Amino acid sequence: MFPSFPSGWRRVVVTAAFAAAIVAVVALNRRAAGRVADGGEEPIRLREVTHESGIDFVHRPATLDPQLAHIAAHVAALGACVSVTDVNNDSWPDLYFTTSRFGVPNALYINQRDGTFRDEAAEAGVAALNRPGDGVSMGAVWGDYDNDGFEDLLVYKWGYPQLLHNLGNGRFHDATAGSGLRHWMNSNGAVWLDFDRDGLLDLYVTGYFRSDIDLWHLSTTRIMQHSWDFASNGGKNLLFKNVGNGRFEDVTDVMGVGSTRWTLAAAAADFNDDGWPDLYLANDYGPEELFLNHAGKRFALARAGLEDDSKSGMAVAVGDVFNRGRHDVFVTNISERGFLFQGNNLRINFLKELGRFDEIATGVVADAGWAWGAQFGDLNNDGLLDLVVTNGFISADTGRDYWYAMSKIAGAQGNIFEDAKNWPPIGSASLSGYERSRVLLNRGRTGFVDVAEEAGVVDLLDGRSVALADLFNRGTLDVVIANEKGRALLYRNAEHPGHWVAFKLIGTRSNRSAIGADVTVEFGGVRQRQVVDGGEGFCSQNDRRLHFGLGDQRLGRVTIRWPSGTEQVLNGLAADRLHVITEPR
Amino acid sequence: MRRLDPKYLIVFLITLVLVVGEARYNILGGYDRLASALGTCLATEVLLSRLLRGRVANLSSAYITGISLALLIKPQANILWPFVLGGFLAIGSKYVLTYRGRHLWNPSNFAIALLLLAAADSVAVLSHQWGNDLRINLVIWAFGLAVASRARVLHVTLTYVVCFLLFAVLRNAIVGGPLLAELAPITGPMYQLFVFFMVTDPRTTVSARRGRIVVVAIVALVETVIRLAGDFQLALWRPLYPSPPLLALAIVGPIAMWWDLHRQAQSGAAPN
Repeated sequence: MFPSFPSGWRRVVVTAAFAAAIVAVVALNRRAAGRVADGGEEPIRLREVTHESGIDFVHRPATLDPQLAHIAAHVAALGACVSVTDVNNDSWPDLYFTTSRFGVPNALYINQRDGTFRDEAAEAGVAALNRPGDGVSMGAVWGDYDNDGFEDLLVYKWGYPQLLHNLGNGRFHDATAGSGLRHWMNSNGAVWLDFDRDGLLDLYVTGYFRSDIDLWHLSTTRIMQHSWDFASNGGKNLLFKNVGNGRFEDVTDVMGVGSTRWTLAAAAADFNDDGWPDLYLANDYGPEELFLNHAGKRFALARAGLEDDSKSGMAVAVGDVFNRGRHDVFVTNISERGFLFQGNNLRINFLKELGRFDEIATGVVADAGWAWGAQFGDLNNDGLLDLVVTNGFISADTGRDYWYAMSKIAGAQGNIFEDAKNWPPIGSASLSGYERSRVLLNRGRTGFVDVAEEAGVVDLLDGRSVALADLFNRGTLDVVIANEKGRALLYRNAEHPGHWVAFKLIGTRSNRSAIGADVTVEFGGVRQRQVVDGGEGFCSQNDRRLHFGLGDQRLGRVTIRWPSGTEQVLNGLAADRLHVITEPR
Repeated sequence: MRRLDPKYLIVFLITLVLVVGEARYNILGGYDRLASALGTCLATEVLLSRLLRGRVANLSSAYITGISLALLIKPQANILWPFVLGGFLAIGSKYVLTYRGRHLWNPSNFAIALLLLAAADSVAVLSHQWGNDLRINLVIWAFGLAVASRARVLHVTLTYVVCFLLFAVLRNAIVGGPLLAELAPITGPMYQLFVFFMVTDPRTTVSARRGRIVVVAIVALVETVIRLAGDFQLALWRPLYPSPPLLALAIVGPIAMWWDLHRQAQSGAAPN
């Protein structure tokens, strides 16, 4: 009377194969998480020194229109960001953090050159930027837009972006009025680039929510994405051309880069090696986009293998993963057990050979939970770029989870969830909370392994933004993380035996920040390429000094391709030091 | 004129879903997934039917199962083994998990339920990459209802839809929040595949029309229980609530089939 299994030897074989297949499912599933460290390589050792470094920054989230109260924890879960610069040209990197609540100040931590920092944002005039009517900060990027030798600050907001001119005396002047940048945007990203190579930094600002939405005074609750996969009803990205004298012109439509795909992050680099900086976008609720720059005259959306995948792109990190002299791309996405495996993308650049990127992420690279910020950097000076990934969306009540509630509407028709009032209330629930950050050690062709715990990165805060910099001028990259609704973290790296070399570039014909400059370093039969970034990752910017680990190899030829197009070849440079290189005139 | 076998209408419908979804939204996420699932299902059907029954079975069922798996399984990263093993287990279940010569689970439902429960670190089901586009879904629903009518299983589909809507109202009364949030799931693509290709599968539904109506109502009821467990965050039930309808069918379907076959055995009737 019970279900019978087939009899006879053939049936025994089939039944055994069937059972073996079930066992194989279980066994293969256990390997899904990927590999963790098993020793054998130069370890990464990071020590959290936030408090002893004098950094006590805590992010506060935005408080929005009461009509969004039932999902406020979800909607307002952005804005904890960090960017690195050298504000006072003392050759010691400084840190700028943003927070997102009215009346709460942003922080500018000036490096005291003794292992500590001091918040001087208020004296500098870059603290009190979160004001009703003006909006709240969502991140910042640094660039010397007027080539006066001092790094200026662009703070993008849910509200009006602010351009703050560095006066060089420790103070900033709000240069927004008259700059042409005062456009209300709900922005979560911006990147400086010189798209037309005229020596002046231009600005690309991304839009998330539509720009006609004032999140504190809603005229409608139909403000959300109309698709979880192919949404195009986000804020319009804007490209501003720097026309000199502190003025910018909106050239978005002329240049063809006005995506409305809920862009969360952008990075600029010359991905196709034609000498012009391109734009790579990570879009929430949609496919990534690569806009190739055609000689500074227009951008064109490339078909580069990105359009097949629709995910929730949240950060763009640019790095030469296998030392091929190419800019590869890492884009963070969401993975949640049982519910959703979008997986992070590690896209290897084959634009020159095949006209596309190849996506190769597996294991620990693909699944970093609900991943946000990410950066490439050689954390152990072994000559390969490692990855730091921050993650965790909403850490709240550990006994309540919003995933099931969100899944009710995630597969539904767009016109249902486009209206915020139809969303189930999140209450005190968590959503992919309490996730640990990832430190992924690059072992070359054998892939990445997760060494976070061994390295000492064990926090469970809701990481958003990560930036890398040699904060203490020791020849090793330190890690700074900004956490949503939480305290910022500074991880001091141990010194490593491998050789290294670093470059600070000063443009002359190019923009003075040298943003967009490509540096290729040859060592041990390989060549690694890095670009001076004007903002990358998620709402972050690394130190614009470029750091190369060399392992036990000797430093070979160094080639700098300046944004102006000038190519400079340097031989015989010493390793284990920072080189300050000025562009030949 | 000879009437077209309804199973070929189902073949047509799922092919339509595949073509529209792929052309418009790249829903597969790679043709290697389709090749793995479909290839494994067809090969397994040929092999097992030849091995155990001495003849190659009609491949329409394997075709439907292969495409269903390719559409529904969303694996971590670029892994292909869920399509291969899922395909083998789906078709294998037809030959291994039988009672009185009849298989008890809808093949794709069995494979997906097993993968969801045993491989949650590797597999999720379709919940995205469909565009959330009303027009395309209306086309699929229109064709689906027409095909279900021709296949004489419209009563199953409609019973499930009505029960889902009634239970959604009930859930809303219990848990509160927006009513549309409770109604929303049935407007999504996973439910299209569920109501047209799984819950109506004639080989795994009970013999009597009234029995089929009762069974599908129980499926909707069990789904509601799982959903309420999700709303009230019952930790032990968490493995079930990423995909309540598929798992409800995986629980109720074989019990109903076994009971129906057992009842027929007691009455001396041959299985239908």
